Amino acid sequence: MKTYDAIVVGAGHNGLTTAAFLAKAGLDVICVEKNDYIGGAAVSRNLYKDWWYSNCSYVCSLLRPEIYRALELHKHGLQVTPYGGSVTFMENGDYYGSYHDPEVAYREMARLSRHDADAYKTYSADTMRQCRFIRDFLLSTAPDPTSFKPRDLKELARIGGKFMEMGEARMYETIRFWTMSVAEYLAEYFETDVIKTALSGSGIIGTALGINSPGTAYVLLHHYMGEVDGNVGSWGFARGGMGAVSDSIAGAFQAAGGELRTEAGVDQFIVKNGKVTGVALENGDEIAAPVVVSAMDVKRTFLNCMDKSDLPEKFHRRVKNFKIRGSSGKVNIALDGLPDFSALPEGSSLIYSDMHFIDSMERMERAYDDWKDGIWSRDPFIDMVIPTLNDPTMAPPGKHFMSCFVQYCPYKIEGRDWTSEERDAFGQNVIDQIAKYSPNFKDLILHTEIRTPQDIEDEIGITEGNIFHGELTMDQLLFNRPIPGYAQYRSPIGGLYMCGSSTHPGGGVMAAPGANAAREILSDLKRPNTVPESFGDD
Amino acid sequence: MSVRAPVHQGRLKSPFYSRLKQLDTVNEWHEWKGYSSADVLYCAETEYFAIRNSTAVFDLTPMTKYRITGPDALDYLNRLVTRDMAKVRPGRVAYAVWCDDQGQVIDDGTIFHLREGEYRLCSQERHFAWLMAAAMGFDVTITHETEDVAALAVQGPTSFSVLDKMGFDGLERLKPFDLGHFDFQGSEIMISRTGFTGDLGYELWIDPAQAEALWDALFAAGELHGIRAIGTTALEISRIEAGYLAAYMEFLPADETVRTGRSRSPLELGLSWLVDFKKPNFNGRRALAEEKRNGSTWRLVKLDIEGNKPAHNSYIYGSANGRKGEIGFITSAVWSPVCKQNIAIGTVRMPHGKPGDNVWVEIYYQREMHWNRKMAKATVVDKPFWFPPRRGAKPPGPF
Amino acid sequence: MIDRYDAIVVGAGHNGLVCSALLAKAGKRVLVLEANEQVGGAAVTREFADGYSVSACAHLLYQLQAEVRKDLQLAPRLVSKEMTTIALSPDGKHVRLSADGVEGVSAADAASYQDFRKRMTRFSDLLRKYLNKSPPRLGAKDFRNLMALGQLGFDLRRLGKEEMQEFLRLIGMNIHDELNERFDNPLLKGAISLDAVLGTHLGPRSPNTIMTYLYRLAGDHGRTAAPAGGMGSVSNAIARVARSAGVTIRTSMPVKRIVIENGRATGVETESGERFESFTVISNADPKRTILKLVGARHVETGFARRIHHLRSKGNAAKLHLALDGLPTIAGLAKKDFAERFVIAPDEHYVERAFNPAKYGECSPDPVVEMTFPSFRDETLAPTGKHVLSAVVQYAPYDLQGGWNAAAKDAFQQAVIKTISKYVPDIEQRITASELLTPADIESEFHITGGHWHHGELTLDQFLFVRPVGGAAQYRMPVDGLYLCGAGAHPGGGVSGAAGRNAARAILRRERAA
Repeated sequence: MKTYDAIVVGAGHNGLTTAAFLAKAGLDVICVEKNDYIGGAAVSRNLYKDWWYSNCSYVCSLLRPEIYRALELHKHGLQVTPYGGSVTFMENGDYYGSYHDPEVAYREMARLSRHDADAYKTYSADTMRQCRFIRDFLLSTAPDPTSFKPRDLKELARIGGKFMEMGEARMYETIRFWTMSVAEYLAEYFETDVIKTALSGSGIIGTALGINSPGTAYVLLHHYMGEVDGNVGSWGFARGGMGAVSDSIAGAFQAAGGELRTEAGVDQFIVKNGKVTGVALENGDEIAAPVVVSAMDVKRTFLNCMDKSDLPEKFHRRVKNFKIRGSSGKVNIALDGLPDFSALPEGSSLIYSDMHFIDSMERMERAYDDWKDGIWSRDPFIDMVIPTLNDPTMAPPGKHFMSCFVQYCPYKIEGRDWTSEERDAFGQNVIDQIAKYSPNFKDLILHTEIRTPQDIEDEIGITEGNIFHGELTMDQLLFNRPIPGYAQYRSPIGGLYMCGSSTHPGGGVMAAPGANAAREILSDLKRPNTVPESFGDD
Repeated sequence: MSVRAPVHQGRLKSPFYSRLKQLDTVNEWHEWKGYSSADVLYCAETEYFAIRNSTAVFDLTPMTKYRITGPDALDYLNRLVTRDMAKVRPGRVAYAVWCDDQGQVIDDGTIFHLREGEYRLCSQERHFAWLMAAAMGFDVTITHETEDVAALAVQGPTSFSVLDKMGFDGLERLKPFDLGHFDFQGSEIMISRTGFTGDLGYELWIDPAQAEALWDALFAAGELHGIRAIGTTALEISRIEAGYLAAYMEFLPADETVRTGRSRSPLELGLSWLVDFKKPNFNGRRALAEEKRNGSTWRLVKLDIEGNKPAHNSYIYGSANGRKGEIGFITSAVWSPVCKQNIAIGTVRMPHGKPGDNVWVEIYYQREMHWNRKMAKATVVDKPFWFPPRRGAKPPGPF
Repeated sequence: MIDRYDAIVVGAGHNGLVCSALLAKAGKRVLVLEANEQVGGAAVTREFADGYSVSACAHLLYQLQAEVRKDLQLAPRLVSKEMTTIALSPDGKHVRLSADGVEGVSAADAASYQDFRKRMTRFSDLLRKYLNKSPPRLGAKDFRNLMALGQLGFDLRRLGKEEMQEFLRLIGMNIHDELNERFDNPLLKGAISLDAVLGTHLGPRSPNTIMTYLYRLAGDHGRTAAPAGGMGSVSNAIARVARSAGVTIRTSMPVKRIVIENGRATGVETESGERFESFTVISNADPKRTILKLVGARHVETGFARRIHHLRSKGNAAKLHLALDGLPTIAGLAKKDFAERFVIAPDEHYVERAFNPAKYGECSPDPVVEMTFPSFRDETLAPTGKHVLSAVVQYAPYDLQGGWNAAAKDAFQQAVIKTISKYVPDIEQRITASELLTPADIESEFHITGGHWHHGELTLDQFLFVRPVGGAAQYRMPVDGLYLCGAGAHPGGGVSGAAGRNAARAILRRERAA
């Protein structure tokens, strides 16, 4: 039997990234994937002839440009197009648009509130400052604050130094920012409900928290720290759908000599004497390697694919208590044509933007209350985009694909499994909300795909279908992610590493966990590092 | 609520736009706070010399304007800005800066004491949120009135004669930084003897409905006095000659800076004469008092640079070979057509840059594709480069 | 006529009294001005119906800091100490929690509770150490501050690797998740949830509720006691110490403003027009009232005023007082149990659901209740044979939609009584008089902005270095001569005396340095 240098389990974008950097360092790497397609949650699925569905993740901006560049993803078919703006439709028939151009954005905001329009620049600078602070740590391993190792102390000192450099007043602001709720943070700048609402969505996307929950201001950052072409905070579409991201990383991996095997779900990690020796596949095959890297979430890795007795008891308990909560669903809709939004003026560029249909902070919070009660939000927060306007190749000519990210949506309905009627009702609820603002929308629907957290778990394998592989709360960030003491991609099992979004810096199609894990592995193997450094300050 | 509201993407047009458009021959416009504003209308140099030789007319409407009224207006302003506003009588105008709690400049601007207890604050940037926050605990009303007031700068040696010819009685009594209310065709016009050019000049403030009539009357009166409309390029040259600061050039509004140390205090901008520590409380006072005790980090310098190559984007060094490292950088630079001097404004680290000091400026300039580098010696000067006697003349002479 | 003092304290809340006593003991001539007739602020005993008295706001003692007791030689007489918390169940199968353990739950839960208590008390001890000193200033380069920051790092490390990891994980976490990681029993989870959210605008699912729980333990490890004569007797005892140290306390002297001249505090002016002079003015009022009302925003800087304005201090805890013509019946209780502390919080979801309406300015239809029968062991509080029920009820938001008019108060009181009667079936028949203090009432009667018992939400963004706001966490306000000594300053509320003591020490230290 052939022995590989390393096995990467799961061909999502992080698994592929780790695999690619390991392969580039000359290792003999195999990446195994349970599905018959690669990409994990960054996929373009050809569910209907001529239709490509970005049926899980749907926008691309967090993808670290350092990785893009180091893996030469453009050579492997990736093209990311920036898109701008967002629109929030209001119950009174008006709308609030946000635009790329700062002056246009200003005028639109001033239409609703002069105060808020002027406050925005301060808000923006304050938020960007936090963004700059954290961005620097994305492509590096979080230091262990309890350790006395020189590398940890050095990194802690670096973080401390960056913090001190802000000056006293801004240090306090930083402490507050990291601990407060997005609703409170916004209330310190803005007075207009719809403006706050439009900005608050980013504070809760993918989390099981409400906009009033402390800690959600940070989540806001998690969505802001993306960049396209150096424009921090802007969003992009991958041409051909999100699968293009995974395909291109896979391309880089294979070009470096890596081997991909699909329909190869892992049943067990094989552990001998506290060391991993390979994996046993669901079909009974075994693959041997001294290094195994799991791109699966931490619960699936250690609770489903490992014998409890192989793990330290405390670690096992911590993993069990790691919070991965299904809080969002997807409704993907194929359309016969472009829907008309009554509120939008003729020719408005907002049709290209993110669309939202909740216009008050109270509605945002109430949506969360439903989730806490174990039901889907009756008045959900929807983040909707029509990527085919930028990339017509995803649908037949003249047709459109619409991606609706829906929050909140529980993993289980009041503690039990979803029924198919409930799934349909959940989808219908989304369609009804959108149809309130687009009279011809319902008539244009050709087919829909409704995905609850349970569906996403069943298909992709992410526990509870959580887009971040774990809540982005303070107790699960940085040196706490995923498990305190195991935040540096290593597990208690020798040779077994983690590289998925459960690890620092977390989810989103960022690929930073995958890259950071590769760096740690290469360092353990005493191989030359192939993982790029952060571009640093710009 | 009308369902199809207009697209909010077009630039605003000033009430003088139609007249500017008529005179425009080169179609070079840029955006200024949402408005279309001309860079140049025919030729920047000719326009510039209108400022220094005859009368130049510049559309100031996009300047941000706030009306501040109410029983606490004076107290409010005194807490807002660093200088003592109690000394600014009705009918006077004051240049002022305001700071955040850390004593860092948010913006500078002019405050017009229009009538007893009634003020207009005019600035480059927009500050409604900050002004409202500062109003907590004061009985004041702050109204944003940028779009409600049309404004023209009428600048140059013949500007008085032009306006005098228009029949503004008593205009000759206006000393620099005075303002007066006059009649224009039955409606009120406010005229202040202020400007951004360092020359004799006025600024005219009127209801936008009267804007075109004012323009027409002004140009009719100025026909024999060489009146010309000008764009921003010409104004910018005169601004640097006069040694005035501009937001986003010499300083960034402190509330918009992301990086540490990128904002400036009034002391660092050479504006200590505007900081009145005798006032018991104003925003930034505690921090500025501390800075005064411990010394500033930066100093603003006006530089007279050898040669004739403008020092755009240059580093400043303490020695000719640059070996001691850079000590600062240029923020604005231009060849002064009226002084025939290579001038610049810059910022250097203390203790460098005392008036009379020599520094060296690293200038890059391109000639036929190739780049040339020059270390030019420069002298720190403490006076504006251009300060003609006519600017302060009381009363201004006819030309 | 003008009197000059070394220091004037505005407000005779327990913190103001502690502060004044310590200053007087250091030889200062101190004047305390109190708006109400009684001293004590929110720590008072008041008659609410003929012959019936009750601790008007705070009714249980669990946080009075040992340092304060020691410095003031304070030993309040207690009628009950180490009260057991009885988490009520309608069927009489209550769960009893005490510092030593829990009864009425499975063996697994009981064992887990021990472990939970052990860890929580260890962390709260660490916290307690920091409650009793001024927080260091960040960015300051002087020796004292750097040492204090170094000490903080050292103390964390000294917990040991594993405990430090756990501390850093838990400090921002919510109590809901931690409880569900550990326990099965709903009553147990409900009771601990309630302790974590009492007095805050948070639900058990809100991150930060572990911190509020630790804060509650950071005194006597959560051991609650009832002082003889109600909470007012604690305040009176502190006032006695203060007076004997030479402090002048004048009641019914509401302060109209703190006089600022030439940028510094020079004294106070009362509503009646009297002026008192001092170059040290210490406010026991909450930060909003102090800065925005008594000082005036115009005398501070804009950024600071804005921060104070944005402090979150909207209370949610109401106080219900019932005069009872006899002891009511509660299933499954022995008579002596009436000396204990009761909570109505059947499970953690119930507490969370009670919180939901508060977010929208509505009252909980099914509120959570903490109640005691203070008259059971203390005959001074009610006529013989009669009794008093004292309850903290949540959530009653300060900014109730439509305002706290008589109808709204009545509706909420009915909801609370209905909730109590599920556990105490004959409660309604026993009531002879009642009083409901909503946060709006607490604001108007005790002069606490928002009626918040911590003078400002106790969340990490308003804690330690940033309480009440960054740069002013060391009791010194950015107006020369002005200090804060109330719950709005570090560390926060509760009858702990820590803020008052820390403030006095900061003032004396500053004087020594000058």
